[in-house]
Amino acid sequence: MSFIYVAANISMVLLICSVVLVLIRLFRGPSIEDRIVALDVLSVIGIAIISVYSVLTQTPLLIDIGIMLAILSFIGTVALAYYLHKGLKKNV
Amino acid sequence: MYSIILSSTTRIVTPLLLLFSFFLLIRGHNEPGGGFVGGLVAATAFLLYLIAFGVLRVKRLLRIEPLFLIALGLLITLVSSLFGLFFQEEFMKGFWLKEEIPILGKFGTPFLFDIGVYFLVIGVILKIIFSLAEEDKD
Repeated sequence: MSFIYVAANISMVLLICSVVLVLIRLFRGPSIEDRIVALDVLSVIGIAIISVYSVLTQTPLLIDIGIMLAILSFIGTVALAYYLHKGLKKNV
Repeated sequence: MYSIILSSTTRIVTPLLLLFSFFLLIRGHNEPGGGFVGGLVAATAFLLYLIAFGVLRVKRLLRIEPLFLIALGLLITLVSSLFGLFFQEEFMKGFWLKEEIPILGKFGTPFLFDIGVYFLVIGVILKIIFSLAEEDKD
């Protein structure tokens, strides 16, 4: 049992705990901005989980999926912020 | 909406996304990648540009109509599948070149089919995005 294996397992447990915390924020979040930030954090944790999993199973292909998720989740957040901005302008 | 952070990020990320889509396209179908995913990523690059700068700037960047891209993609897939009929084989049979091309690697009709799918997906997604964006401008 190597050091990397133990470290990856511990970080996987910690990441899953943080997913639960972020999900609580996503469901309870008082305003819609909180929910958008929670979704963004969730996608970052997803990227971290994919990377740790690729270390655990030693498949470097999964890193590419992490890269793609990083770029696309950024665009998702931007699009949500864009429509939020537009809705605010329409209501005022 | 104009945001200096978004527009300067877009100038960096859009070429990166286009490069990544090309990488996904030429990695082909033996590993994760291929025409469809590459086309989606390329369309996302244009979507980001649209959110940052508006529809008119994207149309000026693209220079050609999305419908032209759809037609081009369909034409390329058709040509790639007709090779089999010319050489007295089955329809859509795959042929590969013997030598490898420097950047692209192995080249053949399945790769040509992937390129067609790539252009087709870009065209369809951009057509949908443009009509949505032009609709909610007014």
